Amino acid sequence: MQPFDDHPETPSQTAGPYVHIGCTPTFCDINVYSGDLGASMKMGPVKGEEITLTGSIYDGLGGALKDALIEIWQADADGLYNAPEETRGQADPNFTGWGRSPGDMQTGAFRFETVKPGRVPWPDGRLQAPHISVWIVARGINMGLTTRIYFDDEATANAEDPILSRIEHQNRIPTLLAKKTAPGQYQYDVRLQGPNETIFLDI
Amino acid sequence: MKNNTPRRGGFMARNRAGHPTACHPPYKTSVKRSPQAALLSYPSSLSEESGPVFGPDVLGPLDNDMITNFAAPGEMAIGPRIVVHGRVTDESGRGVPRTLLELWQANAGGRYRHKKEGYLAPLDPNFGGCGRCLTDEDGQYEFRTILPGPYPWPNGVNDWRPAHIHFSVFGSSFAQRLITQMYFEGDPLIWRCPIIGTIADKSAAERLIAPLDMKRTIPMDARAYKFDIVLRGRRQSYFENRREGL
Ligand SMILES: [Fe+2]
Repeated sequence: MQPFDDHPETPSQTAGPYVHIGCTPTFCDINVYSGDLGASMKMGPVKGEEITLTGSIYDGLGGALKDALIEIWQADADGLYNAPEETRGQADPNFTGWGRSPGDMQTGAFRFETVKPGRVPWPDGRLQAPHISVWIVARGINMGLTTRIYFDDEATANAEDPILSRIEHQNRIPTLLAKKTAPGQYQYDVRLQGPNETIFLDI
Repeated sequence: MKNNTPRRGGFMARNRAGHPTACHPPYKTSVKRSPQAALLSYPSSLSEESGPVFGPDVLGPLDNDMITNFAAPGEMAIGPRIVVHGRVTDESGRGVPRTLLELWQANAGGRYRHKKEGYLAPLDPNFGGCGRCLTDEDGQYEFRTILPGPYPWPNGVNDWRPAHIHFSVFGSSFAQRLITQMYFEGDPLIWRCPIIGTIADKSAAERLIAPLDMKRTIPMDARAYKFDIVLRGRRQSYFENRREGL
């Protein structure tokens, strides 16, 4: 039999306690670059509803992680990605779609100044509910965790979302919902373990 | 909005057997930071197939040189000088061009420049510990640094990390996002390390060990290590190049 020409993916390793040195060095007072990538998602006036997303990541003992790095990737207000892969139109040039937060130095809480994303199609053409892709790395997390943020004020869109509607334990869906706390303000916490463990995805 | 252009295939399922297990009790911090429920599996959509792109305008002239990028003018970081190079490909063997790599590491004495780092080895005033570079059109990358030192860490009473460089790789899709660590050929600490031990498949762990590359070594200057990186790949099939909704 012919040998199978395999190129297996490089294994992940934990980001460790000093991920901020490499990914947000300015945050660590290492002034080698001209600033931290992803610190701002807006390059100028942006289209759509501007929102603030805040939250924390909790371990299985209820402690907030203070050494995590969280990255988000999302479409603009019209549901277009600012990426070469986007073929449906021109995304808002002032909105990068990608944000990165090292969390607060004291509390670990993260904060993103972004816009409410529009709807993006699923491979079969159905529209997904507005969502933000999330990637979390930290000491003790051996492989980056993937999840999504949906919005609790999008009940109609959420009900027809191809991912949310296929989740067996519908009682876990609130773990994916950012809660609107005030106009333009959303709260979203991640729980790595426990009865309200966040749904993590393998996509 | 209707998509009228053909779409490449989705991402191939991740083979998690070649990755660390989330909960590995010898690495103590993983015990309470590892999800207990099974991950929910879905096909990729544009949300995962797209991703941020960084151009050369992001980089400064010294970003790929940890020997000088933090040093005072005319000074250099202390330690054995090395060049690390390799190729970033996907699981189909195709080069991943123009993708950003971010690097961080301890200094030659095993000390990180970080507020929460308490190891007694001294800081090097000319070493910051971070660097970054972009791959070229073929997926090749290269950076210069000093050989990082092994260091003790609070886990077991006497655990030491093998010398390593941390890598953050973007790829061209958010689904390819990867953080890993590169180790050095011949380091006796490698197979004693609980963090490498998170990878049950030894042949997979071996792929994190960079061999010495004498062909690329710069005579009278710097040794070279070669570290290739493979990111997730997408399916390529004529039969998947369909229009949406068909
Ligand atoms: Fe390290």
